[in-house]
Amino acid sequence: MLPSEIQPGQFQSYPPEGRQLAARNAALLEQLPPVFLPLLLKEIIVYDWKFPAEREDLDRQLAYLDSLAPADRQRLLAGFAALKISPELQNQDWVNQPARFGEDLAAYLWATHQIDAFRAASLDYVQKVDAARPKEPLPMRRLGIVVVGQGVSETHYPLFRKLRKQGVYFSQVNPDDGVRVLLDAVAARAGAHPVPFAHWYIDGGAPEADRQGVIRVSYGGLAAVRTALLDKMQRAIQSGIGGPEALRTMLAELRPEDLGMSGSASEAVLDRFQISVLTEGSGTQIFSTIFVQWAAREAWRRAQPLTLFARYAPRQRQRPMNELIADHGDDRQVPDPEGSLIDADMGAFYTWLNQQRLADAERSSFLVWFEGHQQALAISPALPRGTESASAIDLMALVEQIA
Amino acid sequence: MPSGYPPMRTRLSPRQTAETVSWSRREFLHAATGAAAATALFALAPVPALASPRGRKVLVVTFGGGARDEETFMPDGQENIPHLLTELIPRSTFFTQVVNHGILGHYVATASLATGVYETFNNFAAVPPDHPTVFEYFRRDLKRPATDTWVVAPSNGFNRIGESGERSYGHGAGVVLPKRLLAAALSSGATLEYQHLLRDNYETPLYAPEISGNEVELPQLADLLKLSVTDFTAHARNLASPDELSVYVAKELMRQLAPSLLWITLHDMDVAHAGCYSLYIEGIQRTDRLCAEIWKAVESNPEYAGKTTMFVLPDFGRDSDLDASGNGFQHHRTGDALSRTTWMMVMGPGVRENVVVDRPVQSLDLVPTLGALLGFSAQFAQGRPLTEVT
Repeated sequence: MLPSEIQPGQFQSYPPEGRQLAARNAALLEQLPPVFLPLLLKEIIVYDWKFPAEREDLDRQLAYLDSLAPADRQRLLAGFAALKISPELQNQDWVNQPARFGEDLAAYLWATHQIDAFRAASLDYVQKVDAARPKEPLPMRRLGIVVVGQGVSETHYPLFRKLRKQGVYFSQVNPDDGVRVLLDAVAARAGAHPVPFAHWYIDGGAPEADRQGVIRVSYGGLAAVRTALLDKMQRAIQSGIGGPEALRTMLAELRPEDLGMSGSASEAVLDRFQISVLTEGSGTQIFSTIFVQWAAREAWRRAQPLTLFARYAPRQRQRPMNELIADHGDDRQVPDPEGSLIDADMGAFYTWLNQQRLADAERSSFLVWFEGHQQALAISPALPRGTESASAIDLMALVEQIA
Repeated sequence: MPSGYPPMRTRLSPRQTAETVSWSRREFLHAATGAAAATALFALAPVPALASPRGRKVLVVTFGGGARDEETFMPDGQENIPHLLTELIPRSTFFTQVVNHGILGHYVATASLATGVYETFNNFAAVPPDHPTVFEYFRRDLKRPATDTWVVAPSNGFNRIGESGERSYGHGAGVVLPKRLLAAALSSGATLEYQHLLRDNYETPLYAPEISGNEVELPQLADLLKLSVTDFTAHARNLASPDELSVYVAKELMRQLAPSLLWITLHDMDVAHAGCYSLYIEGIQRTDRLCAEIWKAVESNPEYAGKTTMFVLPDFGRDSDLDASGNGFQHHRTGDALSRTTWMMVMGPGVRENVVVDRPVQSLDLVPTLGALLGFSAQFAQGRPLTEVT
């Protein structure tokens, strides 16, 4: 089917708000290139479970496309229109299964050496849409906080190596009660700007107590969901599901209630987010460090919060081959604090990078602290770059200085 | 893309990025080893006459699983490859810019290395390459027996890499999958977790394609290598990783059969897909050590010493930290310039030592280069022989 053949009634399987959005924009959708439209529908079909910032982005994107004269829109999407796809792909039910189309399209573009052209078209499109976006200042400076190294008493690893040139390395931070101090700072920001999904706390272990107005996601809190998910994956593989693509499709179609989550309307958006972290993130079901890094990445990218606090915990140890053969019993839960510190140090760098990709990045601030220790690194427009400070300082004072 | 991050701003085109990476490798090598540029050297002296192909042996080692420059040749990464830097590169001609324009999946990319054609089959399917492999060219043109060429590969997906689906060829290399052999040796004693390790496609860690190819079975290998199953298992019990097992098997093949063309695919570092940076780094460090170990095995084996050319090259890299559509080191899905641009070192008799080649070459050039060295015609391969080492 070609985009020009779609009808508003074809979106009946979409959730209510996504259905309305598609129907409202049907006249625009039918003018879009065959490669581009299913990718846009992939976003529209999950509109009901998107965060406010994502909805705003999608609404704005559709409005922008609609505002263009046909010739300008063709120019904007020319890179996508030039891509050749097979009749099999074209004939897929991409209206109702756009995610599956996306999987198959990716494989096809790689196999036909069109992936570079697709990549170029995507970059060009994103840059142009981004340039058309109005630049409005945020109500408060965006703040990212990462805590690494739980359980490590001493390390020789060169911490914050990739971030040092961006800010100030503090070597005399008072670590007393540091996690509580930082969480209180997050809660205070949530109180000052009580916006839905604007303040996040992600933990790689068991979470600290809930704070008013702060979204809380934790590896420990999702233990039952992870177990249910791994069980489903294992059973699907044993049943001969047909390969990794089929497995990914199966995972993408899982609903919160399939994994024992409440499925209630009020929790639906967050539940869907957590499921996506576990099903779309590689390793997030098994290792807490990548869970935290990926959840933080996705929270930045999707919810675009004002505050994000990510705390790493020791992940389970990866057993070497000889131990697996020897089978000294199930010690999978034996933690690896030193390896986790290295993971988290890189994760902190990625969290900062992802924060930098958001609007108003030049005004944003970032803090990473070695839990229980005196080392921290802060990045802020208020601070110099590539410097060190040996002055004694409290974490609260540090946060106040950069936030 | 309709949603997601805007890309990190960069003023460099993909070509410029690749050239910058190449430049960084070259500058570092000049500083660290005093390596000379090949272009300058060649202006002064011709390549020395190469030894006759007869008796020549070739090892290809893929520094496989995907390593980035950040963790290898960039300043912060050099601590992870001490053996390459201090032992192997000073003895090598080093190509700083080897570009892979194909599909960045490990099996299909390694198969492309082995055929000299960008293969396009499903990376996760247990299928043979469409085009003749280097092993088939070698055996047919040089009339070599099956025992003269072998592949040691890490995972189930590689079991068809030894010979293609091309009808006019079809007699290629035996493929040894050491982990499968170990599983067979352990039989019912294999633990559930070890079974998990066998599903060694790290990108989809819970999935393994069905085995149906020409891989070598345990009794056959035990017979060929004169190695009892008990000995094999005992050695395996002292090895920490699948790549160590692969190198152990490769060394046994060299000792017992002394194949003229041996291909070893390392893969440990692909554990990066699990998202744990420390495990990825450990994988690189282990691969670095194993490459040096393989070369030591060459030098200490009379069948190989003085007549072996070794090629070491990654199959491809991993995603850049700066590409918003990826997640940095974890995957190789964006197809960005960094993930497509790697390096290659070549060492052995007749190969200039401590020389750097800056011009861009393709990973497809490997097979024609092997053909020029060994004396076969890679007629379907799309690359060109690398004149700097042939």
